[in-house]
Amino acid sequence: MIVIIDYNAGNLTSVQRALCALGIDSEITSDPDRVLQAERIIFPGVGACGKAMANLKERGLDIAIKKAFGNGIPIFGICLGTQIIMEHSEENDCECLGLIKGRVIKFPDNLTDPYGKKLKIPHMGWNRVILKRHHPLFTGIDTNSEFYFVHGYYPCPDDTKQTIGETDYGIRFVSVLGKSNLFAVQFHPEKSGRPGLRILKNFSQWKGQTE
Amino acid sequence: MLSKRIIPCLDVRAGRLTKGVKFRNNVDIGDPVETAARYYDEGADEIVFYDITASNENRDIMIDTVRRVAETIFIPFSVGGGIRTVEDMRKVLLAGAEKVSVNSAAIQNPDIISQGAKSFGKQCIVVGMDVKQVNRSKQIPTGYEMVINGGRTFTGIDALNWARHVESLGAGEICLNSIDADGTKQGYELDLTRMISSHVSIPVIASGGAGTPEHLKEVLTDGMADAALIASMTHYGTYTISEIKSFLHKNGIKVRMMW
Repeated sequence: MIVIIDYNAGNLTSVQRALCALGIDSEITSDPDRVLQAERIIFPGVGACGKAMANLKERGLDIAIKKAFGNGIPIFGICLGTQIIMEHSEENDCECLGLIKGRVIKFPDNLTDPYGKKLKIPHMGWNRVILKRHHPLFTGIDTNSEFYFVHGYYPCPDDTKQTIGETDYGIRFVSVLGKSNLFAVQFHPEKSGRPGLRILKNFSQWKGQTE
Repeated sequence: MLSKRIIPCLDVRAGRLTKGVKFRNNVDIGDPVETAARYYDEGADEIVFYDITASNENRDIMIDTVRRVAETIFIPFSVGGGIRTVEDMRKVLLAGAEKVSVNSAAIQNPDIISQGAKSFGKQCIVVGMDVKQVNRSKQIPTGYEMVINGGRTFTGIDALNWARHVESLGAGEICLNSIDADGTKQGYELDLTRMISSHVSIPVIASGGAGTPEHLKEVLTDGMADAALIASMTHYGTYTISEIKSFLHKNGIKVRMMW
């Protein structure tokens, strides 16, 4: 069973609905024991980092996620979930889970497009992912596919080997990253049409291997 | 870089799809869930639902429609019409919408914008602006005035002042509708769109007047819009969304071509 972690950070039902359309069972839970018994874990989230970390700690979910990662359970971070797996976020100057070394930083507010037009923050809408290396969760995804993003901060892993994909928005930032049984994306696969659903489907069969 | 978004707008009345000219003479043109599914298949980047009746008894029908849409399509969609309170917003978002749109309610009670942004995040809150061209005056320096009730009531508020105000209150996006152009198929109001888009730093969706793919090209380049709303040009089968996107792509506009 896939467990979707509920820590009162945004609408989790959209992830469950997408899985349901794929015929994949899932359970939304805030119970640390259920998280540790899960076959796979989805760690989604929308909102601000500080509040989200506080909610995780209050429920004992921070410890459960770290343990689950250590136990080799496949974990899929989405959007805010992807930021919280890092060590620290500039948003609310917040200590995070530290599953991947590195920080979460804010988009500079002076970004421009190639024609010199000022870019709007948050980065919201459809954009591409340039894969830096193959990952099993990107199996069957066309390189021209686009994904739906909504965010003002992005992750910066210390170790570039953990970067799987990057996206251009005035700067080139890490939009997909991973380390052993952990895979994380800054976009919303549940709102990214068929390519997004394909990644969710790939995850439902993933054993945590990186090749 | 971000793609320019093409967004079909579905006017819903008591659970059915409808379309009128200048907000009048509405006719039934189908089932909103089926139509949303067709647009999803054709490559729509987002869908807007507008509940044009928005009375209390129709509210539950709308929530049911939102839920069925959310089970069918996996792109963002927003819901507007009759949303007056944070509780109204919560119901629509829980039913599966990505965003809510407030229009007249925001003019009557601007706090709804900041309350919504605080409760659900700015990215959820779209402010719909219905605008009519008028003579320039001290009160309306740009010559574009905010109107409500489908264009029947003038508010005395200048459109540019309002756009800046809603941005400061926490709106995540503006959906800018020209009542003069709406339903005419003669093209978007480019001057209005450019003026608003160049003075705010949140995305602007242009609305009203689309009749040909050329019109979308104009508003996404000259009009500086981030997204273009369409209705009649696809509802009656004159164009498909993929045809419109192919045209824009050939004309050098970045749109999502793979779905």
